[in-house]
Amino acid sequence: MSNEKDWPLWEIFIQSKRGLDHKHVGSVHAADAQMAIENARDVYTRRNEGNSIWAVLAENLHASKPEDQGAFFDPADDKVYRHPTFYVMPKEAKYI
Amino acid sequence: MTQQEALFRYAVRMGDNSLVLGHRLSEWCGHGPQLEEDIAQANIALDLIGQARNYLTYAGEVEAKGRSEDDLAYLRTDRDYLNVLLTELPKGDYAQTIARSFLFDAFHLPLQQALTTSNDERLKGIAEKAVKEVTYHLRHSSEWLIRFGDGTEESHNRAQAALDDLWRYTGELFISDEAEELLAKAGIAPQLDGIKKEWSATVDRVLNEATLKRPADGWMASGGKKGVHTEHIGPMLAEMQTLQRTYPGAEW
Amino acid sequence: MMESNQETLFQQKVDAEQKIEPKDWMPAEYRKNLIRQISQHGHSEIVGMLPEGNWITRAPSLRRKTVLLAKVQDEAGHGLYLYSAAETLGIGRDELVDQLLSGKAKYSSIFNYPTITWADMGAVGWLVDGAAIMNQVMLCRTSYGPYARAMVRICKEESFHQRQGYEIMNVLSHGSPEQKAMAQDALDRWWWPSLMMFGPSDKDSPHSVQSMKWKIKRQSNDELRQIFIDRTVQQAEVLGLKIPDPKLKWNEGTQHYDWGEIDWAEFFDVIKGNGPCNKERLTARQKAHADGAWVREAALAYAEKKAKKKAA
Repeated sequence: MSNEKDWPLWEIFIQSKRGLDHKHVGSVHAADAQMAIENARDVYTRRNEGNSIWAVLAENLHASKPEDQGAFFDPADDKVYRHPTFYVMPKEAKYI
Repeated sequence: MTQQEALFRYAVRMGDNSLVLGHRLSEWCGHGPQLEEDIAQANIALDLIGQARNYLTYAGEVEAKGRSEDDLAYLRTDRDYLNVLLTELPKGDYAQTIARSFLFDAFHLPLQQALTTSNDERLKGIAEKAVKEVTYHLRHSSEWLIRFGDGTEESHNRAQAALDDLWRYTGELFISDEAEELLAKAGIAPQLDGIKKEWSATVDRVLNEATLKRPADGWMASGGKKGVHTEHIGPMLAEMQTLQRTYPGAEW
Repeated sequence: MMESNQETLFQQKVDAEQKIEPKDWMPAEYRKNLIRQISQHGHSEIVGMLPEGNWITRAPSLRRKTVLLAKVQDEAGHGLYLYSAAETLGIGRDELVDQLLSGKAKYSSIFNYPTITWADMGAVGWLVDGAAIMNQVMLCRTSYGPYARAMVRICKEESFHQRQGYEIMNVLSHGSPEQKAMAQDALDRWWWPSLMMFGPSDKDSPHSVQSMKWKIKRQSNDELRQIFIDRTVQQAEVLGLKIPDPKLKWNEGTQHYDWGEIDWAEFFDVIKGNGPCNKERLTARQKAHADGAWVREAALAYAEKKAKKKAA
């Protein structure tokens, strides 16, 4: 029983409506990509949640490391000039 | 036979095919070979039972004697069930389940497709929904049959044995009865020889990819379409109907 | 970084209601505790398919048949979501399944009771799912991200489970005298085991204190059990059924129901494997797994062949 090889693990991303992002929903096991997509359809879209499915072999998914969190993301904190509210507009100007 | 009688028989048969096969597939729930596949098979069973409800409700209306979907499902004996024999056979091992589904789905899809142009609005409406479902069913059973045929030696042998064993139940799919002929003339139901061509082409294509041999046509079993069944449906209906039979008239 | 320092930072994150994610540092015990709890929860969903699956082929109407099949299928889905969450902690599905089949892992004891009449489908949905939902709603706020997200999905889907059970009980308890008796009998048999689902009393619950500190659990066993009782008594009244507890009585002072005593000897007995269906449930899962081995193998062999062909 334990020397049996498991089907590979696939991470599943579902787009719930045309135009929206694909969102991670969980994973399934499947022997191949086609089966992964179909299993995801049967597991994660039973209530009409789906419009499109992506399946990514879990071992092919690379992630940033939590210990890099500070160096990666904190420097963006003080770049307020990237946001539109940083700029002072004259009241009279419209549609800007 | 009047057209109304023919239509009743036809709707009952379509309903019985879906109900009986759906029931057999539902027996896998909780016992499937892999969790994901357990869920997939339950989806298919749900589709089929949903179709059965549509057909049996319609049959009751056509008959106009006040019988509901449940009256038809739970209070007929096997002599009044009109499904093809293929659908009622026990679920067997997973190769038998898949091979049976495949042989039926390959027939069911062109049949439902043809019904989307029926002169009968209700049959047309049911078919428009069913076509999408059955397209997926055929895809599922074909892919698994190919995996089995071209998988391991064991799976190949099991799949071939299942096909050889089930083949004798495929002839009945294409034998028209009086009701079907009458409805075909009225443009309500399709001629079965056209369906057979499509079925045969699908079977050849999938078996070829699966490296499985198409069994030779020999003696064919039949009778389900006129209510003469195998020994398997009796116990199945006894189980299915137990509460309705034990407590006559009760609401659930 | 020093281990103890890591641990302090970890606890700060938990205290600040920040979710812990798979790649974050976590105490080994937290990981172990979570794997144990999530996998037990997953196993419970999978084994939980069996007592209700028992009635799919006998459901008394096509509507009931459809609903029951969809519900049992949902449980398979929930088991899968939970296994998925457990796998983010570094344990494989094969290992999880092995633990269940070898009898090493536990699952909720409630599923070791038999479903012997149709009314049990009502009682299981109403009481067993009702009790489970209490726990699951709490777990939507659990500290481990993947577990919390799986629970949110599960809670959304579960909402029809309890209602369909209560609907069955409602029809039966307003049906023929035989049906009403069937409903009462089911309530009699499922009431106490449902209360046991919340686990041992707080004073005897070995994992509880640490789990609360780590915010894996957010409410204690006894708290949840009391809320469940308070809600369910009123629902039983609507059905005109009697809860099998002579000591059950509204307490003006506490604004809660007082109630009798759980038979803890039975509770621990069933956990140890001495319940009415322990053996049957495990055997059914073992058989499904063994019978499916060639199927899983074939799919893998075919996928490998195809991948090779594509590469060539």
